[in-house]
Amino acid sequence: MIEIENVYKSFGALQVLKGINLTVPNGEVLTVIGGSGSGKSTLLTCINGLEKIDSGRILVDGTDVHAKSTDLNKLRQKLGIVFQQFNAFPHLTVLENVTLAPRKVLGQSKEQAREMAVKQLSHVGLGDKLDVYPSRLSGGQQQRMAIARALAMSPDYMLFDEVTSALDPQLVGEVLDTLRLLASEGMTMICVTHEMKFAREVSDRVAFFDKGVMAEIAPPAQLFDAPQTESLKTFLAATH
Amino acid sequence: MFDTALSAADLWFLTKGAGMTILVTAVSVVFGTVLGIVFGVFRYQLGAIWAAPVTFVLDVSRSIPLLIQLVLANAFLGTVLRLQMSGFTVACMVLTLYTAAYCAEIVRGGIDAVPLNTRRAARSLGMTWAQDMRYIVMPLATRVALPSWIGLALGVMKDSALVYVVQVVELMKSTQILITRLQEPLFLLLICGLFYFVISFPLARFGGYLEKRWSND
Amino acid sequence: MFGYTFQWKQALSKLPQMLDGALVTMEIALLSMAIGIALAVLLTLFRLSGNRVLNGFAVTWVEVARNTPALFQIYMAHFGVASFGIHFSPFTSLLIGITFNNAGYLAENFRGALKAIPETQTRAGRSLGMTPLEAFGYIVMPQMLRIAFLPMTNQMVWAILMTSLGVTVGLNIDLYGVTQDLNALTFRTFELFAIAGVIFYLITKIIQLGARLVAARLFRY
Repeated sequence: MIEIENVYKSFGALQVLKGINLTVPNGEVLTVIGGSGSGKSTLLTCINGLEKIDSGRILVDGTDVHAKSTDLNKLRQKLGIVFQQFNAFPHLTVLENVTLAPRKVLGQSKEQAREMAVKQLSHVGLGDKLDVYPSRLSGGQQQRMAIARALAMSPDYMLFDEVTSALDPQLVGEVLDTLRLLASEGMTMICVTHEMKFAREVSDRVAFFDKGVMAEIAPPAQLFDAPQTESLKTFLAATH
Repeated sequence: MFDTALSAADLWFLTKGAGMTILVTAVSVVFGTVLGIVFGVFRYQLGAIWAAPVTFVLDVSRSIPLLIQLVLANAFLGTVLRLQMSGFTVACMVLTLYTAAYCAEIVRGGIDAVPLNTRRAARSLGMTWAQDMRYIVMPLATRVALPSWIGLALGVMKDSALVYVVQVVELMKSTQILITRLQEPLFLLLICGLFYFVISFPLARFGGYLEKRWSND
Repeated sequence: MFGYTFQWKQALSKLPQMLDGALVTMEIALLSMAIGIALAVLLTLFRLSGNRVLNGFAVTWVEVARNTPALFQIYMAHFGVASFGIHFSPFTSLLIGITFNNAGYLAENFRGALKAIPETQTRAGRSLGMTPLEAFGYIVMPQMLRIAFLPMTNQMVWAILMTSLGVTVGLNIDLYGVTQDLNALTFRTFELFAIAGVIFYLITKIIQLGARLVAARLFRY
């Protein structure tokens, strides 16, 4: 379970999160929508401790992410994250990209890590690209590799930060299919996204962020068909 | 701090050495740059094959130790040709070729960095080859080349420490002479290093500044 | 044409001795590169550490290495430290001097190379649970070494050329030193140093060729 309690965060004078409260139970698929600068991506990087927060608390399975005593490197093994930029490691093959962290961080043997990597790469449809370098992959393939790389750490939660935004339109589908597959398998996921159709389809709940505040949260049918706030109505009208 | 036997006259001796370092460097860099530009343009215009002999000579100059180049030039001019030449002249000749060798590469890199389409545009406006070179290529190539050229000038200044081998008393040699006499190596070397640093550092910084400023746009 | 008779035969008879010297020259250059690269990585880490003392130390090293002659650095290693009662052999002094120079220049090359590697690479590593050092070692450093490969090759060539300075601190087993000693015996200055020059030239060509082969093997991505 991920518990976010009254979290504030600013970059200099700019307040990006203004008192966020949110609980994500295990097995839930939560999508986060909102305009750019609404703070939704920042929330993800705060959850895995890549960004510090100003006040409030974020608990992952009861562990305070931002407490001094917390071993962030250990905690991050539970929290897979995939970014908008694919961040493929260009000097490593697809297989090496995926096995690096399990071997060096989890201390798995080469064979063990390989077995897991092959499984995850096949899962995302890259089983035939093991020895290829990322520069030979399309954007969609690189992004799926990044997903497999995160999954190879056997995380309990997956965070997706606008993972289709940097892709050519025709490649978006294959990445969304991978996310759908994960959701159907019961992975706990938080997806920041601009894909409304996807959000409506896979989410248990959808949260709408506006100017650093979580303006609305509801199951997709309710949120999309009966928006309560003016800002969400405006936002939905603009995205259609 | 230091109990030293270094006198004002000795300090003046070192300053004169530094003056010689700057003189040898200045002469070599000026002539070497002119020669380097000629070689660089020459090589660019003729293409790799026709320019091969020049390229080879310049490559040799970058591939064997300067110390050997100095000794060889001295032996060739003095012993083989029996010319009466001062060490200073030999030093400047060798360092000039040495500078030209690196400078030609820098010039070529600068010209290569000018987009071909920009030059086509110039020529299609009716500019002659010379006008294209003068008004389009030179200003653009200079931007690319100047930081490297400053680096080269500083490199030549530091490498000029080797001309002691043809009996030119520059900064490093002056220091060595004083070390032999005063037996205070560390103190004298620190002063010597300070001299080099004072000459080199501001120029190096200026080069870094240009590089930063020009790489932003 | 010349009033001078070249005596190549006599000079060439010394070739075996000179080639032995060439081996020492290569040994010094290789050692100074290996240690120099390791030190340069360390200096790069110092610069990235955000610690003012470590950063200052690294910056000072780099600036002194780049703004003073290599000959000065070798003198420092030999005569300079002697003031503290530390006496290195000519071989060691030369090795220290060249290594110091290599590390300084390479650290600066690495700094330039780092600019070409996006911050998000480190971030990606960190989000997989790596420590900052692990992310640097497994993700950033290999890419940095690739980008800086050509400057590293050039530095290797310079290391070879710098070994000729060993003679100034009394080294006489390297290529230049051997040639110098032979010259003192035979006075065939031009011939001997011309041969030494050719050997130096060939060594640098071998290095450049070798570097290309290594690059082709290592960097397939």
